[in-house]
Amino acid sequence: MPDTRAEKATFGSLMAIIFAIAMAFVGISIGVGSPSGGMSFHGWCLAATAAASIYFILSHMAQDDGAPSPLSSSDAVNYHDAPIRFATIAAIFWGIAGFVVGDIIAWQLAFPALNFDLPWTSFGRLRPLHTSAVIFAFGGNVLIGTSFYVVQRTCKARLAGLWSPWFVVVGYNLFILIAGTGYLLGITDGKEYAEPVWYADLFLTMVWVVYLLVFLATLWKRKEPHIYVANWFYLSFIVTVAMLHVVNNLAVPVSIWEPKSYIVFAGVQDAMTQWWYGHNAVGFFLTAGFLGIMYYFIPKRVERPVYSYRLSIVHFWSLIFLYIWAGPHHLHYTALPEWTQTLGMAFSIMLWKPSWGGMINGLMTLSGAWDKLRTDPVVRLLVVSVAFYGMSTFEGPVMSIKAVNSLSHYTDWTIGHVHSGALGWVAMVSFGAIYCLVPWLWKRKALYSIRLVEWHFWVSTIGILLYITSMWVSGIMQGLMWRAYDKLGFLSYSFVETVEAMHPYYIIRATGGLLFILGSLIMAYNIWRTIRGDESRDAAEQPRVAAAPELRLNPAE
Amino acid sequence: MSKDVDEVTGIETTGHVWDDDLRELNKPLPKWWLYTWIATIIWGIGYMIAYPAWPMVNDYTKGLLGYSQRAAVTQQIEDGKKAQSKMWSGLETTPLNAVAANPDLLRFATASGRTVFGENCAPCHGRGAQGFKGYPNLNDDDWIWGGSFESIQKTIRHGIRSDHEETRNNAMPRFGIDEALDKKQISDVSEYVLSLSGLSKDAAASGRGKTVFAEQCVSCHGEDGKGNQELGAPNLADSVWLFGSEKADVVQSVHTGRGGKMPAWEGRLDPLTIKALTVYVHSLGGGQ
Repeated sequence: MPDTRAEKATFGSLMAIIFAIAMAFVGISIGVGSPSGGMSFHGWCLAATAAASIYFILSHMAQDDGAPSPLSSSDAVNYHDAPIRFATIAAIFWGIAGFVVGDIIAWQLAFPALNFDLPWTSFGRLRPLHTSAVIFAFGGNVLIGTSFYVVQRTCKARLAGLWSPWFVVVGYNLFILIAGTGYLLGITDGKEYAEPVWYADLFLTMVWVVYLLVFLATLWKRKEPHIYVANWFYLSFIVTVAMLHVVNNLAVPVSIWEPKSYIVFAGVQDAMTQWWYGHNAVGFFLTAGFLGIMYYFIPKRVERPVYSYRLSIVHFWSLIFLYIWAGPHHLHYTALPEWTQTLGMAFSIMLWKPSWGGMINGLMTLSGAWDKLRTDPVVRLLVVSVAFYGMSTFEGPVMSIKAVNSLSHYTDWTIGHVHSGALGWVAMVSFGAIYCLVPWLWKRKALYSIRLVEWHFWVSTIGILLYITSMWVSGIMQGLMWRAYDKLGFLSYSFVETVEAMHPYYIIRATGGLLFILGSLIMAYNIWRTIRGDESRDAAEQPRVAAAPELRLNPAE
Repeated sequence: MSKDVDEVTGIETTGHVWDDDLRELNKPLPKWWLYTWIATIIWGIGYMIAYPAWPMVNDYTKGLLGYSQRAAVTQQIEDGKKAQSKMWSGLETTPLNAVAANPDLLRFATASGRTVFGENCAPCHGRGAQGFKGYPNLNDDDWIWGGSFESIQKTIRHGIRSDHEETRNNAMPRFGIDEALDKKQISDVSEYVLSLSGLSKDAAASGRGKTVFAEQCVSCHGEDGKGNQELGAPNLADSVWLFGSEKADVVQSVHTGRGGKMPAWEGRLDPLTIKALTVYVHSLGGGQ
């Protein structure tokens, strides 16, 4: 009797190898053909990754014909977790790299000599490296990893595709590598948060479409009648990011061998498209995606039901409908037509409550389990992240009001706002999810040390508070100094005086960043010991859900 | 107890269960949340009716308040100009030398000049015009090209060694590089220059340097070393040192020559602004 499963697997592996050979061919062509040193290097990166992938697939086929291992029992699902483990480790690596680069540029702002007068270490190249590393490399790997985990568990179905999930995680990280090394070598589109050049954009588009297909196909074959709320958020994130990425990067390369391209939009239309992209990257990458994380990991960790199903429906649909309008608030008082600014501001205000729907559902899910806030630092990371989420999503609409924006725009207040969302919400909820995931993925009974999580929590929280409070003070001071006039109608302060006044706050901010890095290093150590399989030092202090599901004791009932 | 009720709170769930234990309570929308949301929507609609908001085929809705951002900023600029116009015309008609005699005009010109200085001059001369090595201090009375109103104005307009046709221009020769003087002569003449302000520690060398100075330097810096503002030759006999008062600094000056640059501001700043800036720089403390 023909084993159709094995045959399918062999066929899939062969297709994957053919695809990898095609990629290797493209990579070698670029490596040989491009006169641009950076682009040529990127071609060789692609070729090397493709070659390694072929080796990996072949060795896997030789072992077991590429077939999934036999099911342990008839109803258990053979979840595909290896790509998730890869994404988890990649997230921690890129996270720390991104935090370190961020803190370096924070010190550069306080002490410009730290630019070292070298092009590769200048603020202008390191800044996009920082933003891309933390948003796309750290955040992206967390999102891909958790979404693959959550969609499998909540659908009771193995990830669709044999090698496709691997292509998503490996391809995505290759994109990060190409983008990041490009910035250092001076290869950039110069569009904020969309700096990768056209060939990196094209490659990401391919990866992203496969990501969407894997996610959709897994949903399609689910064994549960309903789609869990976390998956709505993940799906809206994947679909919208695809749309934003493609439209904002529509460009015509000067040659297929050159990184330089020209964007199809001109002038204010380019600016509008850019901020439609930029704001919705915040809305769908950093908000909707991470709300997906929140909706799975908080109820799982505290073992309580989601607070309100109806609220989750209403806030989901209103959030995605209203968010897409809010981009113009980044362009108040510019050449952007006034009516567009009005719409951006009005929709930003109306967005406040839909954003807070997620906060309410996150916080109130602890009803009946508030004591866990005291006993479980992982829960505290998750819950404090939701609190920061609530604060940022209130601050955002406030800052979109034109009168406030005329003071806050272009000042450090904006940077502080972004970081209360990025460090407080995105990073903290990611840390919480990683602390949950690692023992679950590596089949451990507990984290190596819950007390180290406690340390991580406090060190990071103090770091965040130093960061955002110093940026509030510095930003508002900066805005007030810029607009101060004397009685005769002349500006009271020159630009350089405002820079001088901000110096002490830059030092406080960079110190806060240093604490945040310290916290993430504590996490990396803890995770490393957990993965290595070291005996937990304080397993007794950890909740039963800290263990992998297979190793959990049944709840005492 | 029914499976569809949460045991802790007694609240009904939706009955869906995922991943063994994920459930959702079937709670209504929080009232305070819903009502504030409705309030923001009503406010948003009102705001869009009041202000320019919706694009139409050829135009956009102007809003009931008739507000226009562009008109508002134009008005503000007009108001600002109007408030200052009397003073500006006063400054225009008053001769440069006479501005200081009119206290109102002087206050206006220095306030304007201070702002212009902060954005344009401070990067080199410092926020308090205190200068840096190679960038003159403008608070003292040691002027390389003259400290009168006219001289300061000319320096600002045409710059120093700039690309302006009428720029102030004079270069100190590179005595060492061009081998006009050997190392020992340079050392001696530097010692002599230091002796002019009592900083020399080697009387013999300084004595030898005096001869070199008389042959090479007096044509610009004068026999007493007190400089010549016509030629932009600094006074070497005072205690103000543009490039430093260490022996090594002076030796380097003689060896490689010196020739700091300042851009011409004519064309970048309008004449009236330059006039106000001149009055400000003159007022800093060293005006002659």
